[in-house]
Amino acid sequence: MPFIPHTENDIKEMLQTIGVSRIEDLFDEIPKNLRLSQLRDIGPGMTEMELNKLMQQHAKQDGNMLCFIGAGAYEHHIPAAVWDITSRGEFMTCYTPYQAEASQGTLQLIYEFQTMMANLLDMEIANASLYDGASALGEAILMAARLYPYKKGQPTYKVLMPRTLHPNYRDAAFSIAKHQHITFIDVPYVESTGKINSESLQKLIDDHDDIIALVIPQPNYFGVLDDIDALTQLARDNHLLSIGVVNPLACALLKPPGQWGGEGVDIVCGEGQPLGIPLAAGGPYFGFMCCKKKHLRQMPGRVVGRTIDMNGKPGFVLTLQAREQHIRRAKATSNICTNQGLLVTAATIYMSLLGPAGLRQTALLCHQRTRELCDALTRIPGVNVVFNAPYFHEIVFRLPKSPNEILQALAKNNIQGGVALTDPNLKDCLLMCATETKTSQDIKTLAVHLREILAGEKLVCHA
Amino acid sequence: MSRLIFEESKPGRQAKAQIPTSQLDEKDILADIPEALRRQTPVMLPEVSELQVVRHFTKLSQRNFSIDTQFYPLGSCTMKYNPRGVHRVAMLDGFVNHHPLSLEENSQGFMACAYELQEILKSVTGMKGAALSPMAGAQGEFAGVAMIEAYHRMRGDHARTEILVPDAAHGTNPASAVQCGFKVREIATDANGNVDIEALKANVGPQTAGIMLTNPSTLGVFEEKIEEIAAIIHKAGGLLYYDGANFNAIMGKVRPGDMGFDVIHLNLHKTFATPHGGGGPGSGPVVANERLLPYLPIPRVAKEGDKYRWLTEKDCPDTIGRLSAFMGNAGIILRAYAYVRLLGREGLHRVAEFATLNANYLLARLKALGFTAAFPKRRASHEFIITLKNEAKTLHINALDVAKRLLDYGFHAPTMYFPLLVPECLLIEPTETENKETLDAFVAALVKIMEEAQTEPDLLKGAPYTLPVRRLDEVKAARDLDLVYKGNDETKLGSE
Repeated sequence: MPFIPHTENDIKEMLQTIGVSRIEDLFDEIPKNLRLSQLRDIGPGMTEMELNKLMQQHAKQDGNMLCFIGAGAYEHHIPAAVWDITSRGEFMTCYTPYQAEASQGTLQLIYEFQTMMANLLDMEIANASLYDGASALGEAILMAARLYPYKKGQPTYKVLMPRTLHPNYRDAAFSIAKHQHITFIDVPYVESTGKINSESLQKLIDDHDDIIALVIPQPNYFGVLDDIDALTQLARDNHLLSIGVVNPLACALLKPPGQWGGEGVDIVCGEGQPLGIPLAAGGPYFGFMCCKKKHLRQMPGRVVGRTIDMNGKPGFVLTLQAREQHIRRAKATSNICTNQGLLVTAATIYMSLLGPAGLRQTALLCHQRTRELCDALTRIPGVNVVFNAPYFHEIVFRLPKSPNEILQALAKNNIQGGVALTDPNLKDCLLMCATETKTSQDIKTLAVHLREILAGEKLVCHA
Repeated sequence: MSRLIFEESKPGRQAKAQIPTSQLDEKDILADIPEALRRQTPVMLPEVSELQVVRHFTKLSQRNFSIDTQFYPLGSCTMKYNPRGVHRVAMLDGFVNHHPLSLEENSQGFMACAYELQEILKSVTGMKGAALSPMAGAQGEFAGVAMIEAYHRMRGDHARTEILVPDAAHGTNPASAVQCGFKVREIATDANGNVDIEALKANVGPQTAGIMLTNPSTLGVFEEKIEEIAAIIHKAGGLLYYDGANFNAIMGKVRPGDMGFDVIHLNLHKTFATPHGGGGPGSGPVVANERLLPYLPIPRVAKEGDKYRWLTEKDCPDTIGRLSAFMGNAGIILRAYAYVRLLGREGLHRVAEFATLNANYLLARLKALGFTAAFPKRRASHEFIITLKNEAKTLHINALDVAKRLLDYGFHAPTMYFPLLVPECLLIEPTETENKETLDAFVAALVKIMEEAQTEPDLLKGAPYTLPVRRLDEVKAARDLDLVYKGNDETKLGSE
């Protein structure tokens, strides 16, 4: 039996010590009518060798395709050292650092991570991570509701949610926040630029008197760069909390949220996957959250602090735990009990390896590649860039054929071309991304196939 | 002590293999991004060589206790061996390089594994539907309680405002209930470690949306009257939620569905041996019976013929919604699937048997040596509680002191001070992957520590001695907050 080390002798001795004759006797407190004799519908076990064969078959199916999809998960080069070290048993198989003295490795690492994230985003405080970017936004909204000065008689909180935000983020945030009398107000975008419509935004603020926060994504779902200074200022002028949603890699190149509108946003969150985490079919990733020092007490998630031990030597502990579920229970800032420790480990090593120069170079290369993608595809008749605005990382293209047909045809050529959009104004569009991992040859290959597909070459649909 | 990576930093140093060789013309590349949107200040990240990074983090890892290096009997956490073979297959190229938004037809490999895991989880729990997307136990709890909320709301029953929770429950239970908009009402535990039935009857009514229970409970014992509890709650119109934290004790022996539970979350990072990673990632799939099926979170995998497809809001209009950007912790789902396939039906069946054997063996040995069990007349499940309240009185040492001294003996301490009900408690869960010699060594260490407590109690108070640091000043940590490194002289954020 895999991983159970007991010999027949061990079992005999142990049963004797306990004072029963069979293992089954140890379950005698469970009502007989509830007890199972065996597991149904589960196949027999296998050896590791057989498991390898099975899983290799499955993995091969999903193959190594040339990928131009972004939309919240980005393919970047991950140095070998990142996962070699992260996969060490001492990092992978330890638990939450509740026994601080026996977990100084993990605790110091998280302190270094908090420092790096705070620096990268130029914010005062960072936590030890949340589950993912989308749920982090949900938590940020709950935090905003706790922070907002309570107005007597106010039954609901409203949050301004731009239509430029990743739709899955909006949906997840809503699932998480909706039970706390929080509703979302949609903010439209300008059709020609893909940026938040500031006039509509101001009007919405004027028309509703129980709005507490504005969510500002940068880059937004379309890859477009918005006027974050003006938006942050607008939020401040109207006494709203501002919640930035950012790509951490992009912050090596773009103005970080701690500097938006001069004083920076109140809360930042986002997806940390670009920092050394593979695409991995969708997870595990990690959500990050930073905030202004004055909001710290309402921030969810773990936080590591530096202190000293009884000999005055520096050491690290989990701190401010009185916010968390294991202490406050029903009155906790969140029910969250995890941080994405393993992913934080990988991200910290990644950021250390790349350093400021490497991160900036990687971001520059991504932008260069996306520009190249743009040039190459807009040369194809019928392919146009939808939004007239600065962008980073990804672009929305309008195409003369159904996006799904195009994606399927590209897939036959071993290419994942991008993502079709659900926005009713963008039904004939694809969101496409080129990171530093795409070579000029890759982009040429994509362009050639796309050209063929649009020119009406055989679109073979295999059943 | 280990220096911070920032203290190793030197301006101009780089891990050159990771930086592109071609000189990039920054001005040209950034020409289309307005000045006002660009970063003008430097990014304060460490500037170190690759060797420095490797050394720094390798040395940090050596300052951790872990399953791979120590016996880790942390109650309620199920610190069993995380199989390397399972980790290996989850890291296969085809999975690791796969974008979650790839076309369905190019995602069939992963989806097959996810679908099969859904089926397996349904089977071991006795339930009708499964959703794998919750990213941790607490998110699974949130999902389950949100499903109960949706159920009552869809029936038009708006009086159900309360969730019942035993006073011994894990903190995430009441926290999750509150996050779903419920009020929490605590139910007392009786002297035998069971939910007090009379207290339950007194607190149940038309305002009861449901109850959250763990079985075996956080006290390490099986809830003997579970069928009666289920009947009381169901009769009052409420539903039963099962916290799967202790599923390792009963997997293959009992199914929560048969006990009367309506919705369940499982902890893949406990029962299904996925790595704890220093605090995450976890994974908390939910499984539900017929009446709660419509509310399961999305996305989930469906099978049509021999093809797999994603179920979305369109297919499930009453779903509580999406909880994550993509489909949850995919890599963890793959590991759990691989684990289950490796063990198979006989291997899975043995898990609870040997987890329970190990726990009862440890309990019997410790009782024989004079330790006080919280529930001496009860069987241990996969874990049990020792209380040091007597030793606290007579020897003036407490559970914390014993836990810290255990670290010097090379064992990670058991869970301390949880559940809150039992004073000076240690919640001990050996798991099924530990051998008899390890258990005996653990017992021997505890005996030695008790001897030390008699002869020189101050020794315990000063423990641990053999780790990178001595006991840490947690009060100072909260008072003089230092959460972000600010450079050599100015390391404080200032007091709050």
